[in-house]
Amino acid sequence: MSKRKVKNDHMPVGECITQVQKILRERLCHQQLPQKLVGVEAQHKHLLELLKRTAIHGESNSVLIVGPRGAGKTMLLKCVLRDLLEEKEVQKNLLQVYLNGLLQTDDRIALKEITRQLHLENVVGDRVFGSFAENLAFLLDALKKGDRSSSCPVLFILDEFDLFAHHKNQTLLYNLFDVSQSAQAPIAVVGLTCRLDVLELLEKRVKSRFSHRQIHLLSSLTFSQYLDQVQAQLSLAHDFPDTKFAEDWNAGIKTLCEDKSVEEVLQKHFNSSKDFRSKHMLLMLCLSRVSVANPAIKPADVLEASRLCLADAKANMLHGLSILELCLIIAMKHLNDIYEGEPFNLQMVHNEFKKFLQRKSNSMYNYDQPVVMKAFEHLQQLELIRPVDGSLAKTQREYQLMRLMLDHSQIMESLQKYPQCPTDVKQWAMSAFG
Amino acid sequence: MTYFTRQRVRRVYKWRGEPLSFNRKLKTYEYSSLAISVEGLARATIITTGQHILIEGEDDDNPYVARVVRLFGDESGKQKKAVVQWFVRVSEVPPFKLKLLGRKPHPQEIFYYQGRSCDDEVDAESILRPVQVKRLVGAAPFPDSDDKDTLYVKLSWDSKTFKVMESEPSLASSPPACPKPSLPPSPPCSPPAAALASRAPPRHVLPTPDPAVMRRATSGEVRCNGATMSTGKAGAMEAESLHSATKLSASKCLSSKRRNASARTPGVRKKLELCSPEKMTRDDMLLQLLDKELEKEAMLVQRPPSSPLHTLDLVERLTPIRRAHRAPVAKDAVPVTPSTLVINKLSASEMDSPPSSARDDSTRTRDGHAGASVSPQQGDETEAELLMGSFKTPKRRNATPGRSYALRGQTAEVDDENSPVLPAAITPRGSKRKSAQLVSSRIRKQLNLLDTQDLSSDGDDEDEFLPSKKEQQSSSEEEEAGLDSEEEVVMKRGRHTAAGSHTPRSKRKTRSSMRTPRKTPSKKTTPSTPRTPRHATPSIPSRSLPARQPANVLEEARERLHVSSVPESLPCREQEFQDIYSFVESRIIDGTGGCMYISGVPGTGKTATVHEVMRCLQRAADEDEIPPFHFIEINGMKMTDPHQAYVQVLQKLTGQKATADHAAALLEKRFDNPAPRKETTVLLVDELDLLWTRKQNVMYNLFDWPTRRHARLVVLTIANTMDLPERIMINRVASRLGLTRMSFQPYSFKQLQQIIMSRLNKAKAFEEDALQLVSRKVAALSGDARRCLDICRRATEICEHSATGLVGMSHVMEALNEMFSSSYIMAIKCASVQEQLFLRAVIAEFRRLGLEEATFQQVFVQHQALCRVEGLKPISVSEGLAVCQRLGACRLLLLEPSHLGVMQRIRLNVSQDDVLYALKAD
Repeated sequence: MSKRKVKNDHMPVGECITQVQKILRERLCHQQLPQKLVGVEAQHKHLLELLKRTAIHGESNSVLIVGPRGAGKTMLLKCVLRDLLEEKEVQKNLLQVYLNGLLQTDDRIALKEITRQLHLENVVGDRVFGSFAENLAFLLDALKKGDRSSSCPVLFILDEFDLFAHHKNQTLLYNLFDVSQSAQAPIAVVGLTCRLDVLELLEKRVKSRFSHRQIHLLSSLTFSQYLDQVQAQLSLAHDFPDTKFAEDWNAGIKTLCEDKSVEEVLQKHFNSSKDFRSKHMLLMLCLSRVSVANPAIKPADVLEASRLCLADAKANMLHGLSILELCLIIAMKHLNDIYEGEPFNLQMVHNEFKKFLQRKSNSMYNYDQPVVMKAFEHLQQLELIRPVDGSLAKTQREYQLMRLMLDHSQIMESLQKYPQCPTDVKQWAMSAFG
Repeated sequence: MTYFTRQRVRRVYKWRGEPLSFNRKLKTYEYSSLAISVEGLARATIITTGQHILIEGEDDDNPYVARVVRLFGDESGKQKKAVVQWFVRVSEVPPFKLKLLGRKPHPQEIFYYQGRSCDDEVDAESILRPVQVKRLVGAAPFPDSDDKDTLYVKLSWDSKTFKVMESEPSLASSPPACPKPSLPPSPPCSPPAAALASRAPPRHVLPTPDPAVMRRATSGEVRCNGATMSTGKAGAMEAESLHSATKLSASKCLSSKRRNASARTPGVRKKLELCSPEKMTRDDMLLQLLDKELEKEAMLVQRPPSSPLHTLDLVERLTPIRRAHRAPVAKDAVPVTPSTLVINKLSASEMDSPPSSARDDSTRTRDGHAGASVSPQQGDETEAELLMGSFKTPKRRNATPGRSYALRGQTAEVDDENSPVLPAAITPRGSKRKSAQLVSSRIRKQLNLLDTQDLSSDGDDEDEFLPSKKEQQSSSEEEEAGLDSEEEVVMKRGRHTAAGSHTPRSKRKTRSSMRTPRKTPSKKTTPSTPRTPRHATPSIPSRSLPARQPANVLEEARERLHVSSVPESLPCREQEFQDIYSFVESRIIDGTGGCMYISGVPGTGKTATVHEVMRCLQRAADEDEIPPFHFIEINGMKMTDPHQAYVQVLQKLTGQKATADHAAALLEKRFDNPAPRKETTVLLVDELDLLWTRKQNVMYNLFDWPTRRHARLVVLTIANTMDLPERIMINRVASRLGLTRMSFQPYSFKQLQQIIMSRLNKAKAFEEDALQLVSRKVAALSGDARRCLDICRRATEICEHSATGLVGMSHVMEALNEMFSSSYIMAIKCASVQEQLFLRAVIAEFRRLGLEEATFQQVFVQHQALCRVEGLKPISVSEGLAVCQRLGACRLLLLEPSHLGVMQRIRLNVSQDDVLYALKAD
């Protein structure tokens, strides 16, 4: 490969584009670990030292990493583990157990998973665990048999830690923390959660056993840092086969980031969330517009991607409705205005619609009750309207009370874009009352 | 239920000759010998002082061994007592202590008991028969004899160490502990005492349809069968009738209880008269041989080939037929009423209950899979197999006794013929023949199996048994194979003798084949099982490199401050320690039971104090200051279901595994029945509140057992809340828990300071002020010592970074902030612009509504307005919902389920002031 690289310094553009797509997609989707963490050095150091002490000194620890979604909790942990495993001494010693609150939904499954990941099932041959109780006793015995200096430290990583707190009696957490606070096999319990109030979920005896170490991961990212990140993430590294293309690409990215309109779009995204996932989503959409015909990311691409990202889902759905359905929605909006958000039923909506037909309509004519009914049901299926709680049971469908699940702004926005919308319908929608 | 009584052979104990002396004070007569005869038979076994005897114990296969020192009785002659010197069998020595021996114990080896925890006065009516004991000097090898009735003594055992026995421990020196006969004055039944006697279930005699009766019936069945068959043999098998229960005097009951109490583990007192050769008559020898034979046979009876047969076998036992024969009868015995069947099941399940010795336990734990249907037979099989594994010469051992077998066979036959008691006709002949066929076919099968293996090569055998990861089934097959090697020999004999199809023959054949398995249990004094891997708990693999030791003062301090490090002492809990200590100690010394409830908030040292007490008591027990006791611990949080408590207690107590219901029944029996040599059990129940069930039967049982007469159980319970008994327990449970309560107060700041100081143990790592700050802060918050230690640990870490020598105020402050400061404000500060705006919109909407709740739609209107004010582009509804969800995920907002969309209601999870503060500071 390297030979080829030297020979073909200039690859055809198509191949370059494919390469770019491949590299950048991997970067954005596989969430490659950055070489160096920005902004969370202190947390990194704290966690690294903590885990190192477990791995090397056999000291049991427990810690929670708390931060909002997309703040980089997992990335921090992975970076720490990568750095930790660079040490030979640690590499040979550390056992890791990954649990996820979304997968291990109760302690029974969690225990099985722990046993599997620790390869303890091999020790007993193909012994099948009879019961949950046996499994627990078995695991606790195994952990109890170890001691600080001689057994292998075990690292327990509990992703979505808060969900483990909902398990019955919090048995698993109690036992893990209890082991970490007693002279048994050295373990480190690392919990990842986005809930700030996670400690309040713990029962008092579980809480007492937890060491109360919390690493808060709150991104104090500024916009300039955000811009830098975007630029870095789109730039190509020096080892790209075609150096010339890479240089051009990087220059293009640089100008792109300095572009006023692009900056504005990014600012909007930044204001909305600092979550790295939404950023990656935006960049992915930009990247997918790159092709041979369009070999660089242009500001227009970014704008288009942003528009796609920020598009309102419900308003988009309104575009697919028939005129009758749209009219019903408008009628509902008027009813909402008149009765200040009180629920309505089909009959009321139909009457409102008929009033409109009598007074203003010249393009629309009346539909039969069954047709209106069908349209109404379709709206319900799309969850644009939903029945009021508890009114489902006895009432006839025509009189069932409903609520509109749309905001007025959404209706107005979609009306603007609705293809070939009759003007009288538009006017009706815009008018203050009926 | 009266069947049971008929089943038994009654033994009669009589003094022989005139009393030697009369003790005026105690009104006891001393005798030189005792005659034991089976009712209806002329022959009698004579027990004289100085003779070695077997005493009935909890394990019918391994009766206790002792030597008679003195025989005495009261004036009325109703009570017969014996002062004995105990010997301990290998199986009675705890397995972990056996390691001290430094060699493999001989199966026939016994140890001269020098401990003091056993009462050496026994009820003479528990004497089974004489036994031969030989003393071996120093390094003399164990003779390779096959005589199973000869026991060898080499060393003495004082419940801690093995010692070489001083030559000929004199008679006079041996009974130092309690030589005083404890018989009450002759009219033994004073009214209250009598009442007592009737209330307490006596050990040997079972008066009512008690589950214990049934257990006895089933477990004692071996003996009964043997006895009925042997007929001519007086000393061999004991049997007692129900009627004797009525005669049982209070004192007898008491003494038997005492014996039981003193008896349980290696702690039997014994004495040995080494020089005196066994004064066994030829008769005695013959009797012994016979006895053994019968025992073996009985064993086989107990060991049918498959489980259905087994249960049916039990059915048969219930019937008045004296001769419990092998399974095939069962088919005829079908018309048993369902009710009896139920009883049988019960007894079957109880069969494994006999508070088993360590030996049994090891096998049972493994058999635990079989659940309630575990039968002793399985255990025996294992043992047989174990023996095969551990002994080098199984074949030779079995092969040699051929001649003696023949002899025994003859005697047995003779017995059969002239025994009047033996109603051979009761069991249908056909069935007997069937049984014979069954057995022989089985043996043939096994022989075939054996031929494929090389029997004589022991190495192979051992290999066979070593592998750990074998399935239960395959191993049991092997076990059988192991057995077969023994059965083979017998089989040969059986074939020889088999001639003609008379019932006696087939009977004998059955019997001869039955004999073999019995042989193994008689040798089962090998307690160390080579197949531990089977039930070994796996452990975390050990690390390749040893853990590093702390390098500097701070690291050392951190290690000492870790909650897991066990401190040398527990400061600040002296009073509580003292109270618990004296409570438990007094219960152990008195041999009574009791409950104690300990409460206190988490981290106040409840469990640690109890553990410390137990350590101290254990030390005291090791130094013989108090009687030995058994400490077990369960934790409500470490079990999946309250009923698992039974399982765990049973497993820790005996090593058995059972289902919850079964375990409860076994424990009930264990604590309800008097058993010999019982130690006090101290049970610590941590996190008691987790054992709550709707019926509260787990708690009820835990607190009820200590009140039982024979339980000797001390229960210490720990929970967090002080008023737990009043709050969650129903009256009958709370009443049993009693009023012995103790509450651990949260530590005060001075105490916390002292704890840290004592942990640090002069390692100078903290500034004085820093310590005080930590302890004051924690004392004000919770008084949780764990918290205090954690903060100190964190402070040392922070200090390490800043590279100053001592941990100072600033470090502690930082650690405190890290742990206790709320993260909400920081989180709001770090939130994105739209998220902050949304929070403001929420507050604005709340103010407008005057409520603490609003729908998203309402808030969103505010949000749009705020966006315009701030000069930002209004966001779409989808975006707004996303922002709202993000805040909800952090729990800054509390939200309804998201499928409600714009209609979902929103609440703040932080105070409005906090939000405003955080946003203003921005």
